[in-house]
Amino acid sequence: MKYSAFSIFRQGLSGNKGWQPAWREPEPKSHYDVIIVGGGGHGLATAHYLAKNHGITNVAVLEKGYLGSGNVGRNTTIVRANYLLEGNEPFFAHSLKLWEGLEQELNFNAMMSQRGVINLYHSDGQRDAYARRGNAMRLAGEDAELLGREEVRALVPYLDFDNARFPVHGGLLQRRGGTARHDGVAWGYARAADSRGVDLIQNCEVTGICREGGKVTGVETSRGFISCNRLGLAAAGNSSRVAAMAGMRLPVESQVLQAFVSEGIKPFIDQVVTFGAALFYLSQSDKGGLVFGGSLDFYNSYAQRGNLQTVESVMEAACAMVPAVSRVKVLRAWGGVMDMSMDGSPIIDKTPVDGLYLNCGWCYGGFKATPASGWCFAHLLATGETHELARAFRLDRFSRGYQIDETGHGAQANLH
Amino acid sequence: MASLITCPHCGVRPKEEFTIRGDAKPVRPAPEAKFDAWDDYVHLRVNVRGVMHEHWQHSGGCRRWLVVERDTFSHDVHGVTDAAEFARARAKAGTTGKAAKPAKGRATP
Repeated sequence: MKYSAFSIFRQGLSGNKGWQPAWREPEPKSHYDVIIVGGGGHGLATAHYLAKNHGITNVAVLEKGYLGSGNVGRNTTIVRANYLLEGNEPFFAHSLKLWEGLEQELNFNAMMSQRGVINLYHSDGQRDAYARRGNAMRLAGEDAELLGREEVRALVPYLDFDNARFPVHGGLLQRRGGTARHDGVAWGYARAADSRGVDLIQNCEVTGICREGGKVTGVETSRGFISCNRLGLAAAGNSSRVAAMAGMRLPVESQVLQAFVSEGIKPFIDQVVTFGAALFYLSQSDKGGLVFGGSLDFYNSYAQRGNLQTVESVMEAACAMVPAVSRVKVLRAWGGVMDMSMDGSPIIDKTPVDGLYLNCGWCYGGFKATPASGWCFAHLLATGETHELARAFRLDRFSRGYQIDETGHGAQANLH
Repeated sequence: MASLITCPHCGVRPKEEFTIRGDAKPVRPAPEAKFDAWDDYVHLRVNVRGVMHEHWQHSGGCRRWLVVERDTFSHDVHGVTDAAEFARARAKAGTTGKAAKPAKGRATP
């Protein structure tokens, strides 16, 4: 069923009784050309592009819970392409272009909203760093504008411009950045992949990776053995555990990142605004709640919950940037478990195991990367060759000395 | 997560006094060790879901490095030792942590 204004109108007249489930609930077949482990945004996007771009439809996506129950359902929905390094920027630029056409492509309302992303700076050194970043973005074909203090004030007057410690000197604006509804993205990709024949298998946990003569033959799951020609891992947060089933260790640590939503208030914050003095970001959802978050909890965690120390530091940053939010109540807090890679950049590559492919290490950047990640991973799974845009995201880049160290912190996972 | 850590030197202290460095299991290779050993030490992690040994520094107290035994799923803390003592015990036991590790970045069929 195609969604349209007309279909809504027609369903409205017939009591909304004719809506169909958005995807099937198939029993797993005994064999697939490609199996993707992980029914989150990246896994579903990969399945969609495998079917759409490469015509490979004998595909299963295995999800241990329900579709979108992982990080795609627990993030702060920000979409942007304001990266500095050559290995990163073209990839995220492509992702942003895919975001712009996503709803038309999927025939699904993902509530994509290009409201603009502003990164504030508070010192001369930071201004220079953002000027450099903006130039790198423009060289890669992205939009970027360096704003002075008064230009920022015209856009976002509610900031604390005269903060004694962190006065706002200006900001780097990417107008095409914004937000998208995270669940909508997962559902849209799921429905689109399903409509092309991909089997989405929920409540199916992978418990082992079977190999014969060094080649992957299939997976053991909670619903029995399923054989495949190629196996793609897109199990962010648990990548190390899945890869360990094939005897691999990864340059990845799992850590928790918390986020928060406030009570709904009147429209107040139009853009996504990030605080340059601490890792903090803020936007307002279409329902009116403020959506914000900060840094990692700094230790390894698989728990999907954080601790109060980080809550406190995030609230401090919120009040330092926008004093008015100190009177707003926080409704919810949650934690997502992420693959923090040793250089803060992702990995999309084949592995030393024949037929086993890896998509992991997304750190903070997983949601915005969803379309391009699926696009490049599908290309890798279909052709066995790395896509041009993901050529820097190699698994062996650490040992070969080609790290993509976006934040310049070296090989330490919890600093990225 | 447990909000209190028992420092072996200072006693029970709030977790906020500590700085976390990460996995305490990897052992620093000898300076002349092969490239692979260094790559392994710097980049690859077991990333355990369960009990893990971590380096924590009591940066707001005695400034000693400690090894905290912590569950990465439940966040329970099971034990705290001084890092020097942990290293001595490990040297005495003759384990360098290598036995527990699968081959680096390569598959073991």
